Formats: sequence, C-alpha cells, structure tokens
Amino acid sequence: MDQSTRNELERKARLVRRMTLETIANLGIGHIGGSLSIVELLIVLYYKQMNIDPKNPRMEQRDWFVLSKGHAGPALYSVLADRGFFHPDWLKTLNQVGTNLPSHADRNRTPGIDMTTGSLGQGLSAAIGIALGLRMEGKESFIFACIGDGESQEGQIWEAAMAAPHFKLGRLIAFTDFNKMQIDGMTADIMGLEDIAAKWSAFNWHVQRIDGHDVGAIDQAIEAAKLVEDRPSMIIMDTVKGKGAAFAENNLANHNMPIDRETADAAIRALEEQESN
Amino acid sequence: MDMRQVYNDALVELAADNKDICILEADLMGASGTKGFKAAYPDRTVNVGVAEANMVGIASGLSATGKIPFAATFGCFASRRVYDQFYLSANYARLNVKLVGTDPGVTAQFNGGTHMPFEDAGLMRNVPQLTIVEPSDEISLRKLLRVIAEYPKSVYIRLHRKGGWQYYDESENFELGKGKLVREGKDITLVSLGLVMLQQALEAADLLAADGIEAEVIDALSLKPLDRELIASSLKKTGLAISCENHNIYNGLGSAVAEVIAEEAIPCRLSRIGSQDEFGQVGLLDGLLEAYGMTAKHIADAASKLIGK
Repeated sequence: MDQSTRNELERKARLVRRMTLETIANLGIGHIGGSLSIVELLIVLYYKQMNIDPKNPRMEQRDWFVLSKGHAGPALYSVLADRGFFHPDWLKTLNQVGTNLPSHADRNRTPGIDMTTGSLGQGLSAAIGIALGLRMEGKESFIFACIGDGESQEGQIWEAAMAAPHFKLGRLIAFTDFNKMQIDGMTADIMGLEDIAAKWSAFNWHVQRIDGHDVGAIDQAIEAAKLVEDRPSMIIMDTVKGKGAAFAENNLANHNMPIDRETADAAIRALEEQESN
Repeated sequence: MDMRQVYNDALVELAADNKDICILEADLMGASGTKGFKAAYPDRTVNVGVAEANMVGIASGLSATGKIPFAATFGCFASRRVYDQFYLSANYARLNVKLVGTDPGVTAQFNGGTHMPFEDAGLMRNVPQLTIVEPSDEISLRKLLRVIAEYPKSVYIRLHRKGGWQYYDESENFELGKGKLVREGKDITLVSLGLVMLQQALEAADLLAADGIEAEVIDALSLKPLDRELIASSLKKTGLAISCENHNIYNGLGSAVAEVIAEEAIPCRLSRIGSQDEFGQVGLLDGLLEAYGMTAKHIADAASKLIGK
C-alpha cells in the first residue's frame, strides 16, 4: 500500500471513530469497545476492497459483508453513512423507537447491511449460505464476515468452521476481531481461545494473523486471501477493544458502556488533534 | 406412497421449474427421503452433517441470495435445537426458509421421548408471522408444497414421514391458512391436525354415527394462521368441540381453538385430545396413541361425555 493510500485510510479511520463516538454519545450508552476495535477492518473493506455501490446497496455483482458480531453496528453505520448509503443525520437516531439503525445489524432496516445478526454465533453460518447461493448462481463475489473473539466461544461458530472448508468456499474471507476482552473479563480468563490460529488451521482454513489496526496489513492479508481459491480464509486480527478512545481502551467495562458528553468530546478532540499532526 | 417420498418427488418437480429451490439436510437424508433430489440436483443439495444450527443459518444465507431452501430434520431438532437460529437468522431477518420437522409427535415411535416432538408447533406459534402447516395426506402435502414454495416467507412444515395415505382427490386445491371441512355434522365438531389425527377423527366420527351422533370433522391443515372463519362457523353450529392433535394440548391446536372460542365469544365447550402435558416415550404407533389417549375411541368417548350421553 502506498503512503498516500495509507494516509487516507488512516484519516478515514479517525473520522469513523469520531462519528461512532458521537453517535453513541448522542444516545449516552453503547457498544463502544467492540465498535472501535474493528474500525480499520471496516475502512479497508468499504473504502478499498469491496465492490459496492452506495446508490444500489443490493447490486447484483456486489461483494457481501456479514457483521456476525452484530453489536458493532454503530461503527458500521458510521462507515455506511460516510460512504453515502444513507444521510449521516440518521446516526442521530441510533436505538430510537422506529430507527433504521438498531443496536444490532439489520438487513431490512439499514441500506448496505447484508445480513441480520445479533444473537452471537449465527453470522458465519449465514455467510456460508450466502457463499453457496452465489456460487450456485456462478457469481464471483467475495463474501466477508467478521466474528468476535467472545463470539468464538459459541458452538455454532465451530459448526460453520467445519463446513466452510468442506464446501471449498474460496470466496469466503472471515475475520476474527481478537480484542482479548469480553463482557465478564479477559477472554483468557473467561474461556480461553488460544491457540486460535492453530484451531482455524486445524479446521482447514487458510489462516493469517495480523495487527488489526494496521490498514496496510489488513489490505495485504485480504489480497493474499483472495488468491486462495480452494478453501476459505480466516484473518485473525489482534486488536484493542475500545481502540482510539483513551477512556475506553483496555477498560474492561467498555463492552456496552455509558458515555457522557464531556468524555466523548475529549475523545473526539484527541482524534481531531491527530489530524493536524 | 411414503409421505417422505411425496416430499422428495414434489421438490424434484418444483425444482425443475424453479432454479432457486434447494434442500438442506443434517445427516438425515435417508430419513427425509431426499436422496432422489440429491441425485437429480446435486449442486442444489447441501448436507451439513450433524449440525442443525448451522443448517438453518446456511439456509438463511441461501435465502438472502434469493434461493428457496427447504431444510429438513426430525421435528425435535427442527424446533428445540434450532429455535434461535430459525427465529433470528430466518424469521427476524424476514428471510424465506422452509423448515421441515419430520416425525411429528407419536410417529417418532422407537426413537422415543428424546425424539418425540409434542412441543415443536407450540414453539413455532410464538415466532411472529410464521406460517405453520401440517399436511394430512399425500395430496395435501404435494399441493401445499407448491403453495409453500411460491409463498415468499418462511414456513414451518410438520411432515409425517413414514407411510402414506391418500385421502383427498387429485382435484382438491389447498391454500395456506385454510382448513377443509371433510365431514358435515350438527352435534359436535372434531378439529384435527395432521395425518394421524385426521385418521383417528374420521374413525371417531364413524363410531359416533353408530350412536346417532353426527360429528363434523375439520382438517385444520394450517395451525397458523388458523382457519378461524371455518372453525368458528362450525363451532357456532355445534356448540361442542374436540381438538385432535399429535402434540401437547398446550400451545398447539387445542390452545388455538380455545382462542377462537373465547375471542369470537362462541358458546362452545371444548375438550382437547393430544399429549396431556406428557413427555414422549418409545413404542409403536398404535400403542402410543393408546398411551396418550389419542385413539378414535378416546375421541369418541370425549365427544359422548361432552354431549352428556
């Protein structure tokens, strides 16, 4: 990735973090930690990798994205708003009765959302179904899916883990947001996941492990995954839950946390200051 | 013809005209009778192994791309085991997944209490806007499958699997949400759901006729939406009703008929035939019908009691 592309994507990441904090602060509470940990992934997908059309969200030949950790909706909404899928004013309606932007991703309410998720463990199976359906139609779209680390404790994830390589779904590229934290504590303490790369390898996935906040590394990993045609890819992203907001980073309370105006403003200001540096 | 054979043949026929029809199985392809479909359409057959939750999730994803998936497994697994997946990935997501729960109630026979779904329809009634169908013979199954395939939303199908029965004429037509008045009578209404109970209800009507009681028999076919109009008009006429279901009397047909009686303010007494809140057990069909009080004689006795004879 050239430096100017990297600069632009990193700038977008800061913008989306500010938008996400603003969206959640407007409500006063939300899934801050897990939203902020996948920002760079969303940026690389939606600003560089995916074949999408904001004016035609269900475009036939598009690439698909399943946010299996559906509670990170606010980060994805910020990206979709910035990309023009809907007006940024919608972000102010997060979680209001009748909103098109509910806590968890909803394919029927939000333009650009490909699958409804929210009950953890289900999205990867849906992504497999989407990959099979598109293959039956002879389409060459890529199907991207993001699961959480806590979510990986669900049994259904491993049913899906077993199935995707069996069906040789080379166009399925999945990501684990390995931010090491879950609601009740550190994943290592609650229900350990390591050696997570070895687990996915043992299930016959093509596995890469990268820094999930390095846009260049994410982009490179996706490029490598696209070359693997005979099996699905799992890109394990080492991330920081709450990344980019000092009050939230590595704060075990950051899964679904209240945020007051002052805290949000300070975090947003800190991100803005990085722009001028 | 085995009902599962009818299921397979109907889907093979539908698939010939509609490239989007596909099937999913979870290692019960032989039990569901769909090996023929696989032979005809291997690329539209997805066997996930023993992983029902994954099956329903994959079916939901297939539907998101426009496919029309029919996913089958034993009714206990199609309901209890995948309730959240079917609820959320399929129904809450407003996708089009046809979930087929085979071996309803006592037809699970030697698989016994672990596999005997007396609760599946009740669970499914609480999924908002979901249509629940239980075909009662080979014709209704074949014709309803076509209607279900054309219907753009999810459906739960209780599928009698082993053994066949042709009751309806080839010319009969079926709609979702519509039952059939299969025998007219003026003294009491027997509302039945599914193959086994329609057989028992019709036999009970014969037994009652021998005692001079004219029983009206309704084949509900659709548990949700229930054919409220058909049932209400019969109950207004007879004032006495017996629900006959191969299911727990709670949250299934009996509860649905009670709702009609109460909400339509029909002066009508109701007796409910079915599992009286019991778990399943092993046995052959006849012995199980006897054990759970679901035979024609039980229905006729309940009718006589309601009538006061």
